[in-house]
Formats: sequence, C-alpha cells, structure tokens
Amino acid sequence: MEGTEHFIMGDVACAEAAIASGCRFFAGYPITPATEIAERMAKRLPQVGGVYIQMEDELASMAAVLGASWGGLKSMTATSGPGFSLMMENIGLGIVMEVPCVVVNVQRAGPSTGLPTLCAQGDMMQARWGSHGHYEIIALSASSPQELFDVTIKAFNLSEKYRLPVLIMTDEVVGHMTEKVIIPPSNRIEIYPRRITKLPPEEYLPYLPDEDMVAPMVGIGEGYHIHSTGLTHDKKGYPVISAPVQKDMIDRLVYKIRNNVDDIVEYREIETADAEIIIVAYGISVRPAQKALELAREKGIKCGMLRLTTIWPFAEKKIMELASQVKGFVVPEINYGQISLEVERCSAGHAKTILVSHAGGAIFNPNEILEAVEKL
Amino acid sequence: MKKQIVEELNGMPGTHPLSSLLREDRMPHIWCPGCDIGTVFSSCLTAIHESKIDYNNFAMVSGIGCTGRAAGYIKLDSFHTTHGRAIPFATGLKIAKPKMKIIVFSGDGDLFTIGGNHFIHAARRNIDLTVICVNNFTYGMTGGQVASTTPFNSKTSTTPQGNFEKPFNLPYMAAAAGAVYVSRWTTLDVRRLTSSIVEAFNKKGFSFIEVISSCPTSFGRKNKLGSPLDIIQHFHKISVIKNGIHPKDANLDIDKEIVVGKFVDMEAPTFFDLLEKIYPPETEKGA
Repeated sequence: MEGTEHFIMGDVACAEAAIASGCRFFAGYPITPATEIAERMAKRLPQVGGVYIQMEDELASMAAVLGASWGGLKSMTATSGPGFSLMMENIGLGIVMEVPCVVVNVQRAGPSTGLPTLCAQGDMMQARWGSHGHYEIIALSASSPQELFDVTIKAFNLSEKYRLPVLIMTDEVVGHMTEKVIIPPSNRIEIYPRRITKLPPEEYLPYLPDEDMVAPMVGIGEGYHIHSTGLTHDKKGYPVISAPVQKDMIDRLVYKIRNNVDDIVEYREIETADAEIIIVAYGISVRPAQKALELAREKGIKCGMLRLTTIWPFAEKKIMELASQVKGFVVPEINYGQISLEVERCSAGHAKTILVSHAGGAIFNPNEILEAVEKL
Repeated sequence: MKKQIVEELNGMPGTHPLSSLLREDRMPHIWCPGCDIGTVFSSCLTAIHESKIDYNNFAMVSGIGCTGRAAGYIKLDSFHTTHGRAIPFATGLKIAKPKMKIIVFSGDGDLFTIGGNHFIHAARRNIDLTVICVNNFTYGMTGGQVASTTPFNSKTSTTPQGNFEKPFNLPYMAAAAGAVYVSRWTTLDVRRLTSSIVEAFNKKGFSFIEVISSCPTSFGRKNKLGSPLDIIQHFHKISVIKNGIHPKDANLDIDKEIVVGKFVDMEAPTFFDLLEKIYPPETEKGA
C-alpha cells in the first residue's frame, strides 16, 4: 500500500495509517460507523504479523489494548459513541498506567443509541473529561480520509512520545467518505519509537520521568519486574494512598502535556491575516465552513478560518492571539456547544463567539455558517 | 520440595522462603489477620518456584479487591488493573508475549460478578491463561456485600435477611465455556492446590482453579462462622475429593458438603494453535 495513491474510505485510510505506523494489535467490537476500521485491521494485521482480536465488548477491547501495548505491540481500537462510553473506564487506566495506544471514535449522533448511521460531533467534551478524575488528554480530528490517515500516524507518535492513550475524534461522514488518499513510502513516514530505558533492572524505576516528565518503559519478561497499577502510585509504581503522592502523580500526568502544548497542538490558518471574522472549525464541519468562507469573501466580508487538528489540548494561545485582532469567532459544530465554549473562554471577552449548532444526523449547509458570519 | 527451599535459605534469618518472589519492600500487606488470600498467594509463589520455569517468563495480572492486591506483592512483572478487567488485559498481554506464562489472580466478585463475561469468553477462546480465583463468597474490600458467589441464605451487609439469589457453580461455568483445566480446592489443601497450579502452568490453554477461602472479617463474622481457624477447619471437614466428576455435580454447600478435586483436564486446540493454523507465523511481530 505504501508509496501509492488510493481511492479509499476514511475508515480504511485510518486502518492503513495504523499499519504504516507499526500498529500490530487491534482489539475491537463491531459498531457502526467504525466497523470498517476493524474489518480492515482483521484483514491487514495478519499480513504483517500482527493480531486482530474481536473482544466481547468495548470494556474488554480497551483492556486488551492496554495489555498488548504493555507487551510491546503498538495497539489500537476503534469505536463510536456507545462503545466510547464503555472504553472510558480503561482509558482512565491507560492514563494512569501511562500506556501508549490509539483510540478512534468515529462519532455518530447520541445520546445513547442515537443515530447509528449518521454523523455528529457530540463527544468532544466526553473525549476531554469522559473518564473520572482530573487528567490531560490528547485528541485529534480530521476532515477528510487523507487527513484521517495523517492524524492517525501523528496519534501513534504522540502516544509513544507522551505515554498515553491518544484519541482520534473523527465522525461518520469522514469515516464513510471515499476520496483520494496518498500513502507515502515508508521511509517518508516518521515513526516515534517506544522509549525504552537504558538502565539495568536494579537502577530502573518505572515512573521516574526524564526531563520532559515522561518515564521510559521496559520490555515485559526481561527481568525488570515492574508493577503498574490504577491506584495512585509513587515512582516505583507502588500504590500510596496519600494526598502528597496524589499531587506528585497528577502534577506529572497534567504537566507532561501542558508543558508540551506547543509540540502537540496543530492547526491550520486560512486567510486569517486580514480577517475580522474567523470561523473555528474541526472535523467534517471544516468543509462546509470552507465554502462559507469563500462565499463570505465573495461578498467582501473579511473572513478567515482556524482549522483545528488538535482538539485537546486546546489551541488556547492561538485563540487568545486572534481574539485581540478580530471582531468575533463563528464556531460550527454538530452539537449544542462544546468547542465553542472553549473558544469563548479563550477569547476572554475580547471577541464575540457565535455558535452554529446542529443536533446531528447531517452536516452543515454552508449557508447556515455564512448567515452567522454575516450577523457578526 | 518446600523443605528444600527452606534448606536453601538456611542461615538467612528473617528471610521468607519465597523472598525472591516477594516485594518485601511492600510488606506488611493489607490482608486482615486470619484471611486466606495469603495462603493461596503463597501456594501460587511456591508453584512458580516448583514449576522450574524461569521466573522472568511469568507475569501476574489482577483486578480490584482484596485478592487483586496480590499483583502488587509478587516480584514479577505485574499489573493491577480495573475491576473485572484482569482477563481481557491479560489476553492482550498474552497475545503480545505468547511465550510468557500469564497468571490472572483475583477474587470471585472481580472475576465472576463484574467480570463474568470476560471469563466465559477467555475460556471459550481457550487462550493460554492460568486463572486463580480466591472465592471467599463476598466483597471483602468494601466490607462484605453480596456477590454472585454468595451462598443461598448467607448474610451479607446488603442481604441482611439472607441472600435470596442462587450462586454460580464456578467449575461448571468454566467447563461449559471451554476451559481445558478446572479444579477446586480449599485453603487447607495446600499441597494439592500447589500441584494443581503447577499443572495449570504446564497446561496449554485456559486453566481455572477455584480456591474456597474464608473471609473471617466480613463473611465469617456476619454468618457467625467462628474464628478463622474454625472456618477453614469446617470447610476442610466437609470437603470431599471427587476427581474427574462432571463439574455440574461439584456441590458447594458451606453447611454440608464442599466437593473439591480436579474436574477437567483435557486437550483442545488453543487460541494460538488455531490462529497459527489460519495465519502461519511468517513475519516477526514488533513495535
């Protein structure tokens, strides 16, 4: 597949990117509209010496992904809303044990069973806060099969670099859309390898971080005899039930991300230089927003767009910077206000934020976004 | 064998005979005085030693609860996971490390009440795991609530008038789901339990061992079963060894009869046997 051009579905592009990233384990459970990722992985993994396993539910899928990643295999799962809810339990375990892995959510409309075959962007805050306790997360989004391919590679690299589950928050339309996807030759795909300690077992502590606050890992079965737990733990990985150790652990889980926001956050600016109004869009909503931007420009409105690739951590600095130069932000999203709240928070009263909401089941008509741009 | 271990360590006062497998820097453990988990844990460590398999080839995975803390005390690669999910975590680990012996060591509430679905599916897949269940009939960590293993009529903090639901027969469930090795022992059957664990390590496929244990602090006290010693002596007294019987007949009535023994020991293609048949290993795995 490498070094060639393809006409493939977003879900398939995601699976191919996982294979190209070195993913060799997939545990999943069928769910519309993410099933095609599992199907592609079931076909492709054995060809490259990997294993696909269909688990009994998404609780088990996520747990198996963590186990396999600890065992040294780059691992992934893919799901949609109802399964994402079940995965929250072990996403939390992945955060606390610091296990590199990738979780794809091909969003459909909820709550509950909702609209299984139709799109939404309703899980953006669930991605941020869905598992209990306070933590930082990395979540990426994509507006086309090509972009889904690219962010999947990025997701694997970030998960290894920062040792955590990285979420890919795409949606039904991108997942099921068939478009041209260029898969670069393998020597042009940058792979971040697992950070493995150089220390011998007697000197190694599983949760003693390097300077960037991330601790290197070890191979299982190599005599390091590590312990890893979902309980609050010290540098040895041993449980300690106390407020000071909780503070040490949470500080590190939070600041290993916060201190590296500039490395993690990726966005694209389109015609923002002279813009008075900026559309902030992500995922499928980028595409009608692009059309709305063109229509607005035709009408002489100085409109630009900020396309978010990284959703979490949020592009705070960029929004703050733009807020002082523009009149307002227009945020189209297929929910009743999630990322728009972040835009509003970061603009801190310097610019107006208008939400263009959609309950889900369809994508925006560019005119709906244009109307909001014209109102500002 | 045990004598030999002790002799090996003679002249090292204060050293536990299995200290090389124990995280001694984590002692004292959290288990109550009189609790049986330590006995089962100790049998498991002895079995690891007696198996003559390189220690580095073992890893332990456990879930949540009193028994789940075992993974934190064994000096091997060990994982203390989420409630009920030790088996699927272990499934992923085993697939990544197919040559390693993966032990799942957890309690009845964890493995069979919240985690029951994972248990039956792992047995169905016949994936090569050794699952050791300390069955003390209750949720000990949270103070003794009813579980899917609590005997009919027994009192717990959430069944103050007695449990009106019927418990699982764990060996029967394991066998029905596809486990190739199934046994049950009480905590006074230390030698039989230890040899059974060694057998399970050497068994290809999904093996399951239930250990009838006491929780004097919660279950024992609420049901007026007497001292810790009274309880295990009672369990032992009413236990009968019936090797090879159909596990549906493995009666478990803590007032009258506890049937113990090895109920299933058979050969069947494992998850890996069948996987490799369809996809012969050509390419090396690796991150």
